[in-house]
Amino acid sequence: MCSYIVEKAKVSGSAKGPSGWMRIDTANVYFDHPYHAPLDHALAIDFVCEADGGRERVAVELSAASARELVSKIMVALAIGEQAHAAPAAPAA
Amino acid sequence: MSYNGMTAETVTFRGHNGDQGEAYYARPTRPGKCGGVVVIHHLPGWDEWITEVVRKFAHHGYAAISPHLYFRDGPGSPDDIGARVRASGGVPDDQVVGDVKAAIAYLRGQPNSNGKVGVIGFCSGGRHAYLCGCRLPEIDAVIDCWGGNVIVDDRGQLNAKRPVAPIDLSEQLRAPLLGIFGNDDENPNADQVNRTEAVLKKLGKDYEFHRYDKAGHAFFNTARQAFRPEQAADGWSKVFAFLRKTLAA
Repeated sequence: MCSYIVEKAKVSGSAKGPSGWMRIDTANVYFDHPYHAPLDHALAIDFVCEADGGRERVAVELSAASARELVSKIMVALAIGEQAHAAPAAPAA
Repeated sequence: MSYNGMTAETVTFRGHNGDQGEAYYARPTRPGKCGGVVVIHHLPGWDEWITEVVRKFAHHGYAAISPHLYFRDGPGSPDDIGARVRASGGVPDDQVVGDVKAAIAYLRGQPNSNGKVGVIGFCSGGRHAYLCGCRLPEIDAVIDCWGGNVIVDDRGQLNAKRPVAPIDLSEQLRAPLLGIFGNDDENPNADQVNRTEAVLKKLGKDYEFHRYDKAGHAFFNTARQAFRPEQAADGWSKVFAFLRKTLAA
């Protein structure tokens, strides 16, 4: 059933919402009946800025399989990206 | 033959603490008196499907009103407001009871009222309907459509907004109660529905439960994958048969 169970992740960054780019400090994550996605249950993520009142959100609704795929790709992108952008090692003296 | 004409519009109402909010109100346009139904929306919010339900009651000859229980958390679209309310842990039970009480008074105050008012709720609204049935003696009929958390097994889930499990107030239920449930629902699950029924039976309450196989949560909702047309058609017939008995003048 619909529930109030929401995992809140503290985040630091920006999201592009209905009014353009906005600062975000929280991702509300929950697995429940979706509003738009044609699924019985969806993993929903609402990116909000609670410090600014939390009025606007950038929302996604994903199937459970898609959410797990996304988690996997996030980890891969971080690993590759951080390696690619790592500062080069200082040359030996 | 002819179908009922109706008017349907957004109205203002004074809810809990005198707060002014909006409600969706539909009524038959034919002259004469009719019963009233307060439609309590589900957790995701005061959305298009709920307005369809309100009009369905008017089509069947009732004056119906759905108060927007989240109006204090607006502005915005129903899904944005619903998400905001979900993230804040929902709305307080006392506030919902106050808003529903005001909606009941709104219906009784209309010139078309025959004096009888029932409440129907879906999902968290089903739980609210049960709760209001226990706390508001002015209700003539209660319909709980798959309301979860009427029974609260994990008492740690009780909090300042929802301090009491509605099942614990069942002694105070005065009006007849109709319950509609899908047997594949996880909350309330079949065991919880059994236990709710056992309490009602023990207390000698006037109730009828209808449970549907191959149906889960929200199976009346045409906007959801959960919609089950055969079971919903039968469920609605039970709703209207119940109201013909309980809201007759």
